[in-house]
Amino acid sequence: MTIRTARLALTAIAFAALASAAGAQGSAKLKVGLMLPYSGTYTALGVAIENGFKLYVDEHGGKLAGREIEYFKVDDESDPAKATDNVNKLIKRDNVDVIVGTVHSGVAMAMAKAAKESGTVLIVPNAGADAVTGPMCAPNIFRSSFSNWQPAFAMGEVAAKQQGKKKAMTITWKYAAGDESVNGFKEGFEKNGGKVDKQLTLPFPNVEFQALLTEIAAAKPDAVYAFFAGGGAVKFVKDYQAAGLNKTIPLYGPGFLTDGTLDAQGDSAQGMLTTLHYADGLNTARDNAFRVGYAKAFKLQPDVYAVQGYDAAQMLGVGLAATKGDIGKKAEFTAAIEKAKIDSPRGTFTMSKSHNPVQDIYLRKVEGKENKLVSIAIKGLTDPARGCRM
Amino acid sequence: MDFGTFLVQCLNSVQYGLLLFLVASGLTLIFGIMGVINLAHGSFYMIGAYMAFALAPLFGDQFLLMLVAGVVLAAIFGYLLEWAFFSYLYQRDHLQQVLMTYGLILVFEELRSILVGNDVHGVKVPAWLDGSFALGSVMSYPWYRLFASAACIVLAVALYWVVNRTRLGMMIRAGASNRDMVRGLGIDVKRLYRIVFAAGVALAALAGMIAAPMSSVYPNMGASVLIICFVLVVIGGIGSITGALVASLLVGFVDTFGKVFFADLSGIGIYLLMAIVLIWKPEGLMGRRP
Repeated sequence: MTIRTARLALTAIAFAALASAAGAQGSAKLKVGLMLPYSGTYTALGVAIENGFKLYVDEHGGKLAGREIEYFKVDDESDPAKATDNVNKLIKRDNVDVIVGTVHSGVAMAMAKAAKESGTVLIVPNAGADAVTGPMCAPNIFRSSFSNWQPAFAMGEVAAKQQGKKKAMTITWKYAAGDESVNGFKEGFEKNGGKVDKQLTLPFPNVEFQALLTEIAAAKPDAVYAFFAGGGAVKFVKDYQAAGLNKTIPLYGPGFLTDGTLDAQGDSAQGMLTTLHYADGLNTARDNAFRVGYAKAFKLQPDVYAVQGYDAAQMLGVGLAATKGDIGKKAEFTAAIEKAKIDSPRGTFTMSKSHNPVQDIYLRKVEGKENKLVSIAIKGLTDPARGCRM
Repeated sequence: MDFGTFLVQCLNSVQYGLLLFLVASGLTLIFGIMGVINLAHGSFYMIGAYMAFALAPLFGDQFLLMLVAGVVLAAIFGYLLEWAFFSYLYQRDHLQQVLMTYGLILVFEELRSILVGNDVHGVKVPAWLDGSFALGSVMSYPWYRLFASAACIVLAVALYWVVNRTRLGMMIRAGASNRDMVRGLGIDVKRLYRIVFAAGVALAALAGMIAAPMSSVYPNMGASVLIICFVLVVIGGIGSITGALVASLLVGFVDTFGKVFFADLSGIGIYLLMAIVLIWKPEGLMGRRP
């Protein structure tokens, strides 16, 4: 093959590619609006969710139910004040068929409100606010992640039943997610014979814990349940150990206390028990394949956020498959997802009546840089969906 | 609350107050004495914390040496920053100062995001300060926290001495109250201000470096500190180092005991304190009447 024929061949291929692209333009693409944090504290989470979503789509040749996907991206900046404007950009300006978002619960609430009004399908790939699948629930709103109540309730049950703790204290920031989490723990703990006798709070995002750690030391409960995230989670776990409390009073929490923060927490988190709907070392064929695929595609290790993004794409795929790619058939689309068994890397899950995953919550233990699976804390846990009428 | 716990809470209050003073002292120089509303002060604190994260692996257990190196770097950075930006601000009105320093916050946050990303990082406590000692029967107290308090006391004394007892301090105070007169006496006010500004940046960065092993480093960590610093300077009296120290200790107590007794109100405790002080003494605790 001379240079000349090679060039000719390349030109032909290029034209062919152009032609097929133009052909694809003809059959309308499905417009997916990704409204995620691409700046600020939650950037890494937003990127992981997007990567997970695209991984599933790319595994299926860039199509779901035969329809090509076109992405529209908006940075939600994790700012509830801008949420309504941002979500309307996608709904009204870009005219998207589906919205996927977001991480921050305050922003997700605004998105749910807008989705409820416009009827656009919304899949929430992280935000755990109970209300999204509680009072805000709607036929077109789905969640691929968790509700704040789920891991918290499971931890409460484990602390009372397995660990035999009688008296516990909770500590968190005074804001919606914190309240929901410690109340979930309290419910699970007290249902199984424990008693939460003191609930400490401090203003969000204050990280001066010393005063409250002294109160914990003085009260000497059998266990402490804490809900913090990001920098606050790192500092709390470190301060807890520095005060010598971890030797006498075990510290429990939802997975967010030790997920993605173990590097920074170092030795202080070793041996901690947490609950979440995902864990390191699940060692199922499904999870291993997902982890290898993700690492290959993005040169990064996947985490729980990547799983939630991946499953958001799976759920969309299920709905589209049932309607042959026509998302306009709302009733069939919703019914298909409601009936589906989602084959997630975390393990199979189904949808509750209010469209929140009915899933196994794992008990994990920190070993080195991993949240290693210990056991299943509660099998197939369903969020009570208080206040949901559909 | 039994007596033992009460004593520990008092210790917590003093310790927190001292650390606040360290962060606020730099602002006392820049805002209190030089009169620039510097919103980027929290960013200098953040830069210090990230500096500790970057330098710690290089210095290992030579923690004090690292602090010295960090202070020198921060001072050079402050000196250049004054030459490039702040030297134009002294004669401008407050709105322009606010706008420019707010712009600097955005620039520094974005640079941080580009250079080190948005993850949370921990900084190791040096081996010779690792561990803790028993505090009565209540709890353990980390050696490092005690070291941080001691460092703050040393710096507070040194700063007081420089500003109130040395020739340099005299020039600074004079320059603050009447710039033209000092210039008339043949003192290079421009250079003087550059040095003071560099010192202010170095103090904030030092606070960040000392706080880093306790609090870890994370995005937007400067924001929470910034507001408290301004509150402290206002309560203490603008331009007074002693006032800033008294205010810091006061806020340390209000915040600590507020969290224990009035959890739901603890977020507004320091602002209530500020309101009460300003009603009673509008010029702050140690401020001079204009």
